[in-house]
Amino acid sequence: MVAIVAAFAVVPLLGGIGLRESLMLGAVYMILALNLNLMIGYTGYVNFGSIVFFGLGGMVGIYTITNWGWPLWAAMAGAAVVVAVLALLLGLGILRLRGAYFALATIGVVEATKAFVANFGLFGGSTGMYINFTAYQPLGGPRQALWVLYFVAVGLLAASLLASYLIKRSRFGLGLFAIREDEDAAMVLGVKAPLYKAIIYSASSILPAMAGVVYFFKNGVIQPDQAFDLTLSIEAIVMMMLGGQATVFGAALGGFAYEQFRGYLLTASAFSSFHLVIAGALLLAIVLFAPGGLVGWLHERWPATRRIFE
Amino acid sequence: MYGILASVINGLLVGAIYGLAGVGLTLIFGVMKVINLAHGAMIALGMFGLYFLAAYLGLNPYAALPVVLAGGFVVGVVVYWIAVHRVIGRAELMSLLATFAVSMIVIGLGTAAWSTSPFNVHVSLPGVSFGGYTIPGHHILASVLAIVVAGALYAFLYYTRLGKGIRAVANNREAAELMGIPSSRLLAVAFGLGIAVAAASGALIATLFPFTILSGASYELKSFVVTVLGGLGNPAGALLGGLLLGFIEGSVTPFISGSWTPVVEFTLFVVILIFFPQGLFRVGRGR
Repeated sequence: MVAIVAAFAVVPLLGGIGLRESLMLGAVYMILALNLNLMIGYTGYVNFGSIVFFGLGGMVGIYTITNWGWPLWAAMAGAAVVVAVLALLLGLGILRLRGAYFALATIGVVEATKAFVANFGLFGGSTGMYINFTAYQPLGGPRQALWVLYFVAVGLLAASLLASYLIKRSRFGLGLFAIREDEDAAMVLGVKAPLYKAIIYSASSILPAMAGVVYFFKNGVIQPDQAFDLTLSIEAIVMMMLGGQATVFGAALGGFAYEQFRGYLLTASAFSSFHLVIAGALLLAIVLFAPGGLVGWLHERWPATRRIFE
Repeated sequence: MYGILASVINGLLVGAIYGLAGVGLTLIFGVMKVINLAHGAMIALGMFGLYFLAAYLGLNPYAALPVVLAGGFVVGVVVYWIAVHRVIGRAELMSLLATFAVSMIVIGLGTAAWSTSPFNVHVSLPGVSFGGYTIPGHHILASVLAIVVAGALYAFLYYTRLGKGIRAVANNREAAELMGIPSSRLLAVAFGLGIAVAAASGALIATLFPFTILSGASYELKSFVVTVLGGLGNPAGALLGGLLLGFIEGSVTPFISGSWTPVVEFTLFVVILIFFPQGLFRVGRGR
């Protein structure tokens, strides 16, 4: 875990700007996959709408930066609080649903939020918000701001890894695993399932919301169609599956590998128009033949690796 | 006043087609507990199927509808054996992802072949006019055909041996298997029927509006809303849900800007899921 973060911190200093851009996107994908893993991998609730945290966090954060002139850290904190509270309230409602019904409801949440934000004048409606160049001055101008934002993203990645690890090792995490295996049995044994589910739903929204602020602040523009892109939400599931659900290392690896793979397919001339086809075929192959993902496969092959890759 | 009436009628007509799309989704869910995320891709394939049959073979679009149905059935059965069969009975996540993978493959191939520029099928029939408003004839015919296809499916499920077998598998797969019903083969048939109906709804939509390979996605979302309104797994409810959705769209359009319609739709969708997970209607036999 420390090695991953250290690699992310050191490599771009040697490799230059192109590599940093790729790693930045990789870090954001890893944050999404790791936090989604808390819901799907740990708790067994298929959240198809995890992107709503990312997008809404970005919207709130960018709004405070452009309209109220908040510094970045305050915007991130503000976005995290707003999104976490909304997620908690929403979670208490939709987490009464189980299985496929919950998955459908989360799709509904994304679409409803996207449609609402696209009509919401305060957030710029369907054209979104643009960030004025002067907003980058406190970070030392646009050029240096990109580096600052990169390291903030790496910091969020480190926080995601740490949170995933600590939750997995905690009593709370065991409660979540119990809910995943059999929710009714878990409740009989004294796990407060509705509360646990709402807390983890809300907790899994905090770091993606902050990542949303960083990501869209770096882009300089935020629009509802990109902020609430259902496809990215499902891609996050693909990343998590690729690496191996319910494992910290797997989700991180999946996010990174998917970003590299996608980048390769998009740039390789032979594949660029077929990248969706290949990604789909890969997903199908994982689902049908290796549902445990890369890490699940490793664990099965060499049980000793279970101790190393949590 | 006439304006509102015309808008509501038009909404109901389009709603019948949403209902048909929802029937396909709900049939698959009802029989094998799989939410088919490739539904939108299959609707889009139906649109393109109709386009090519009409543009290159010179078929009348309505005469091409049975061909689209048959083609959809074949595609559905193939998809079932490749992607769905192995994930039946496993965690929901697996079937959701398997069907989503199919969707990615189909959309990817479609984008490569036809790009994302819009196509349209030209049909024009004399409409019905009143008070300065006209209900186009092809809207009326398309919704009648949607109801006919849905009715035929209903009759198939309730009055034929194969249809009864499918319902038996939906009720209790083990028991059906013990009665000598080849359940895997019937699941394949049910999946094929669901896709055939989806493709047919896509074909009917293609006669009304211009479309691209990506258009399926928005109709897939509407199908979700429709099935939830009608109760997941309840075909007759889905058709009513479609009419209800069309009615809502038609009756809010004159009053609020069109871009707010999805806000109303999806908020309603989440609220109904939370408070009425069984759907709003209890219709059909055996309920």
